Amino acid sequence: MSTTPSPVPSTREAVIIGGNRIPFSRAGKKYVRTSNQDMFTAALEGLVARFGLQGERLGEVVGGAVLKHSKNFNLIRESVLGSSLSPTTPAYDVQQACATGLEAAIAVTNKIKLGQIESAIAGGTDTVSDAPIVVSDRLRAALLDANHAKTTGAKLKALAAIRPKDLAPVSPSTGEPRTHLSMGEHQAITTAKWGISREAQDEIAFNSHQNLARAWESGFFDDLVTPFRGLTRDDNLRPDTSLEKLAKLKPAFGSSLDTAATMTAGNSTPLTDGASAVLFASREWAEERDLPVLAKFVDAETAAVDFVHGHEGLLMAPAAAVPRLLARHGLTLEDIDFFEIHEAFASTVLTTLAAWEDEEYCRTELGLDGAFGKIDRSKLNVNGSSLAAGHPFAATGGRIIATAAKLVAAKAAETGQPARALISVCAAGGLGAVALVESA
Amino acid sequence: MADNYTKFVNGGLGKKLSKQLGLPRPAILRRYAPDAPLTVGPVLVVSDDASAGDADALAKALVAWDVDVRRSGDDSADIRWGGVVLVGTAAESPEAVSEAVLALGGTLRKLAGNGRVVVVSRAPEAGDSPTLAATRAGFEGFTRSVGKELRGGATANGVQLTGGAAVDSASALGTLRFFLSAKSAYVDGQVLPVGPSDAQADVDWARPLAGKVAVVTGSARGIGAAIAGTLARDGAKVLVVDVPAAGESLAAVANKIKGTALQLDVTAPDAGTKILEATKHLGGIDILVHNAGILRDKLLANMKPAQWDAVIAVNLASQLRINEQLLAAGVEGLRIVSLASTSGIAGNKGQTNYAYSKSGVIGHTAATAPLVAALGGTANAVAPGFIETEMTRSIPVGTRVVARHVVPSLQQGGLPIDVAEAIAFLSSPVASGVNGQVLRVCGQSMVGK
Repeated sequence: MSTTPSPVPSTREAVIIGGNRIPFSRAGKKYVRTSNQDMFTAALEGLVARFGLQGERLGEVVGGAVLKHSKNFNLIRESVLGSSLSPTTPAYDVQQACATGLEAAIAVTNKIKLGQIESAIAGGTDTVSDAPIVVSDRLRAALLDANHAKTTGAKLKALAAIRPKDLAPVSPSTGEPRTHLSMGEHQAITTAKWGISREAQDEIAFNSHQNLARAWESGFFDDLVTPFRGLTRDDNLRPDTSLEKLAKLKPAFGSSLDTAATMTAGNSTPLTDGASAVLFASREWAEERDLPVLAKFVDAETAAVDFVHGHEGLLMAPAAAVPRLLARHGLTLEDIDFFEIHEAFASTVLTTLAAWEDEEYCRTELGLDGAFGKIDRSKLNVNGSSLAAGHPFAATGGRIIATAAKLVAAKAAETGQPARALISVCAAGGLGAVALVESA
Repeated sequence: MADNYTKFVNGGLGKKLSKQLGLPRPAILRRYAPDAPLTVGPVLVVSDDASAGDADALAKALVAWDVDVRRSGDDSADIRWGGVVLVGTAAESPEAVSEAVLALGGTLRKLAGNGRVVVVSRAPEAGDSPTLAATRAGFEGFTRSVGKELRGGATANGVQLTGGAAVDSASALGTLRFFLSAKSAYVDGQVLPVGPSDAQADVDWARPLAGKVAVVTGSARGIGAAIAGTLARDGAKVLVVDVPAAGESLAAVANKIKGTALQLDVTAPDAGTKILEATKHLGGIDILVHNAGILRDKLLANMKPAQWDAVIAVNLASQLRINEQLLAAGVEGLRIVSLASTSGIAGNKGQTNYAYSKSGVIGHTAATAPLVAALGGTANAVAPGFIETEMTRSIPVGTRVVARHVVPSLQQGGLPIDVAEAIAFLSSPVASGVNGQVLRVCGQSMVGK
C-alpha cells in the first residue's frame, strides 16, 4: 500500500498576498435574503479595495458554493462582473463540498506554478439562509412532462398526475445520499469508535471561542475581514462561553448508538452564511506591484475514504492525506508550526489526531511504519476555527488559508526562521483536502 | 446639492417671496467642473501706482491661464466681471491705496454672480515702519469687509505675501488661482499668508496631484470620502483609512476612486507605522490628511471622562502620534493637512471637548510647520464652518437654520466638496509656500476671536 513519494516537481512559486472575508453569520440572522452572489461579490470587493485591484485583469477567479441554485451556474463569473475587477478577468466555479474553497486555491496555485496565470483569487461562499428549495421528484417529473407535451390534452394529462403530497418542498439537507445519515450521525459513529470523550470535545470548542475572541480583540482580523450588512464580527463567536456552559448542552448526535452521545450543538459547527476570497500570485507579479507577500502556497493533497460500507469514518480522509503530503516534502508533524484543522465537529479534530497517534491504524490504514505522531496542542487552531467562527461550507477554505498565511508571516518575522502551517479540511462524500503553507 | 431653502429662494415664487420679506437669499454656488472656464467672466487687475509692476506680472500669469484679463475698467453697461484683483503689494502709505480701492468699489455692482475679489498684498513684517505696517495690515480688514458686502455667491479673499515672496512666485499664483476659481466656492473673507517657495510654476491644472500618494483618515463617509475623491480626481493615489467597523463603506469608497483601503483605528499606538507600511507598495507617502474626528457633545458640567477622552484621543492625540512617527521615519516633502473647525476657534456650547481638540489641532499645526519644513514639507489646517453632512443634519432645526443661513456671508452651508477642494489645494505642489496656516472654509461665518 505504501509507495515512495514522487519528488516534488520543480515549478515556480505561488504566493499568498492576502485575504478577505465578510464576517460569518449564523443561518437565519444577518444575511437572510442575501444571496451567494451578494456575499462573494462583497468578499471580492473588500479584497479589491485592500490591494487596489480596481480595473485589474487577474489571471482567474475560482470559487464555488456547496448549496447552489441552478440559476447560479456561473456564480463566480457573475460575481466578478459585479465587482470592481476588470470584466476581462476569467472565472469558473468548482465544488468539492466543504473542501470547495481549498480546492479552488489548489487549482489556481497550480496554474500559477505552471506559468499559465500570474495572479488569481480563490474562495467560496455559502448561504443556508438563502438556500435553494427543491420541489419533489414527482412534481418535477410532472412539470417536465407537461413542458415536453405537444398538445394541450397531453399537457393537462401530465399535470393531472400531480398529487397534493407532491407539492411539499424538499429542504436542502447535508445528509449523505448513499447512507441517508446526516454528517453529525456519521461523525458520531467515528467519535464512538475512537472513544473521544465529551470533555475533550468541549475543550476544543472552548479553546476555539477563546482563541478566536482573542484574535479579534488583538486586531488580527483588521486586514482579513471587511464588515458586511452592518455585521462587523462573526456572530457565532461566544467569548463568554465556558466549559461549564458547554457541559450543560444536550447531545445533538449519536443518541441511537450504544455508547453515550457526546456531540452537542456546542461542539459541532452551526449552519452559517458567509464568503471568503484569497489573493494568490506569482512572486514576480507581486513584486512588480510592490504587494506584500505573506506566504507560499507550497503544495496540497486530497484523499478520499470508503465510508459507504462503514470501513472508515466519513470525515477521516485528511488523516490519510496529511502523511502523504508531508512525506512528499520530507517533513514530519514536528516541522509544522501551526495546525489549522477545520473543526467540522470538535471530534473531527480529535479523531484525526487520535488516528495519527495510533500505531495499528497508521500501519494498516495509512501504510506507515508506525504511529504518524502526536501534535503539540498549543499549535492547534491558535486563532480559533470553525466551531467559533462558524462554517459557511465553501467559505471555510479561504478563511483558513488567509489566517494561516498571516500566522506564518508573523512567526517568521518574529523568529527570523521559516514557519509552516498545515491546513486540513474534511468534506462530505468521504473527501478531504490538505495543504502546506510556508512563510515567504 | 444645495439645501431645500436655497433651492426655494432661487425658484420663481421663492425668489419673489424672500425678496419681499427680506429673508436671506443664498445663491447657488458655482463649483469646479473640469471643462468650465476658471472664472465666470473677464478679470480686472487694479493697483495703486507703486504696485503697477506687480499687477502687470499677475495679469501676465492670468493671460497664460486663458483668462480674459483687463488692466483698465470698462464702462459698457453689460460688462459683468468674473473677478477683480486688487494689487497693493508695493503700497507705502494708507493714502496711496485709495485710488485702487475706489476703482475696485466702482466695479462691484458689475461683479457677476459667483464673481471673485482677490486682494494681493504684503504682510506686515518685523522692522516695518508704522506707516508701512498700517498700509499692509489695512488690507486684511478691508478684504473681510468687502466679503460681507458681496452678494450672489461672490467672495472676497486675500493673498498675503510674506518673507519677500515674489508676486508671481508659484505659490502666490497658485493661491490666487484657487481664490479666483470655483474650487474656493465656500471660502470667503480669508487672507492667506503665502511665503516664498521653490515650486514649479509649470502645473498640469487638471491633475495637480499626479504621481502623489495621499492618505486620508476617516474617509469611509462624509467629508473624508469627499476629500479622498477630490485628491483622486486631482491625480493622487489615495489610501483611505477608517476604523475596521466602517470597512464596508470604506471599501466602497476605495473601489470608487481606485484607491486602497486600510482598516485602522487611528488611535492605535502604531497607527503612523501602519500607515507607512501600507503606503510602501503605493510608492511612499506625499500627503497626509488628518480628517478622522468624532463628536461626543455634552455640557461640561455633565461631561463623562469617556466622552472627553474619546474626543481628545481621536481628534487630537492620534494626529500628534502619527505625525511624530512619520517625522521620525524621515518622510520627506510631506504635506500634512489637519481638519480643525470653526468651533475650535469660536467655541461652541456643549462642545468643550471638541473645541479643545480642534483648537489643539490649530496649535500643533503651527508647531509642526517648521518641523516638516525642515524636510521640505508643510503642515496646515482647514477649519470648516457649517457643512451639509449627515452629522449636521442631526442638529436641531433652529440652530441649523441660523448656522446655515444667517451667520455666513454666503447665507448657506458648505458642501463636503468645498472642504475637500481647500485640502486638495493645500496638498498641491504649488501651495508649498503656505505653511502653518489655518484656512477657513466657512462661507465667512466670521465667528471667533
